[in-house]
Amino acid sequence: MVKKIYFQSIFFSFFFIKEAFAAESGGMPQLNPEFWVSQIFWLILTFGIMYLVLSKLILPKISINLESRKSQILENIEAAEKQREDSDAKLKEYDEIISKSKLEANSIFNQAKEKALKDIGAKKEVLDKQIDSEIAEAEKEIDILRKNAPDKINKIAIETSSELLQKLIGTEVNNSSISAIVDDLSKRNGDKYYGN
Amino acid sequence: MAANPMSQFDVYRIGPEIKVGAFDISFTNASLFMILSTVSILLIFNLGSKKKSILPNKIQLLAELSYTFVSKMISDTAGSKAKPYFAFIFSLFMFVLFCNMFGMIPYTFTVTSHIIVTFVLAAFIFIGVTVIGFVKHGFGYLKLFVPSGVPAVLLPLIVVIEIISYLSRPISLSVRLFANMMAGHTMMKVFGGFVISLGIVGGWLPLSFSVALTGLEILVAFLQAYVFAILTCIYLNDALNLHH
Repeated sequence: MVKKIYFQSIFFSFFFIKEAFAAESGGMPQLNPEFWVSQIFWLILTFGIMYLVLSKLILPKISINLESRKSQILENIEAAEKQREDSDAKLKEYDEIISKSKLEANSIFNQAKEKALKDIGAKKEVLDKQIDSEIAEAEKEIDILRKNAPDKINKIAIETSSELLQKLIGTEVNNSSISAIVDDLSKRNGDKYYGN
Repeated sequence: MAANPMSQFDVYRIGPEIKVGAFDISFTNASLFMILSTVSILLIFNLGSKKKSILPNKIQLLAELSYTFVSKMISDTAGSKAKPYFAFIFSLFMFVLFCNMFGMIPYTFTVTSHIIVTFVLAAFIFIGVTVIGFVKHGFGYLKLFVPSGVPAVLLPLIVVIEIISYLSRPISLSVRLFANMMAGHTMMKVFGGFVISLGIVGGWLPLSFSVALTGLEILVAFLQAYVFAILTCIYLNDALNLHH
């Protein structure tokens, strides 16, 4: 009996709980079709208007803006690239000018060096020639002197020996005999003095 | 009213009853939040597209990032043929996202937590995609149900399965969004109720849980909008580029 009442109370309490829930909310409000048509209507209206405004007015603007930015960036990159190329070309030009001028300087230096060397050579030649001619003249003079020297010496020897003889002996000696002796002596000893 | 976690999904009339024929199209709290969502979308994107500066300000950056995000999503999943449908998918993504996000503000109404709203969107997508498929490929679109490389014995079974899976697309698409939003909001409400009933002594645990859930729900709000849009792209891809 007690058991029966217990089960009955559980059953009734279950029933009451269910009743209470039903009274409070009626289950999921989503499944209540009362406002379905209204929701569909307002959804189509708001979404449709939003779609039209977005697709016709707003999105094209954003797209154009993005495109223009992209193209601007590309243009800027292109310009930067071009300037870089320009600067590269200028740098190359500069390098070329530098190397060319270096070469030029080198050649000028070489030319100057050559010219100086040539001048020096020419002057040296002239000087050499002058020196040679002077040496030749001097040699000629020496030769003449050398050729004349024995005769003069002989003459001096003859004169001195005749004067010596006159002073020593007091008699005049024939010049021609003295000269014969001197000649004879100089011929014998000439080699000793002049040694050619 | 506040004690029941389901009462937050109640739709009620605001203002007078409007009837067109037998249909009740009264302005409700759902209509209010649809209008709020669309108006905020239009406001943000109008502000974001007004100035055409090379260096964008914050709102312009927001609009342009959303634009490139959706456009990348479409081109990744549906290819370049899907470009004419960009505006629709963009509107769809933004609408679902804003409705979800508006639902995260306390005392608001979540438009997308109602099966009828998500089902109308999904059914429209389903019909649109089917029409596009038949227009592009004629009856060749039916090849979608016959996968290549399947043994002939299995073919009847596979075709039936494919047809069922195709027909269940609008249901899965709509129920996914609706159930996610409803479950999340119900759970938050339940834990909020625990905070009140456990009071100052025991309420801290459900409160911290509620805070964590709010973060999770914001993530889900974004994620479900993204999933809704990307599934639309995938269906569109099936219709545009018949792979089977």
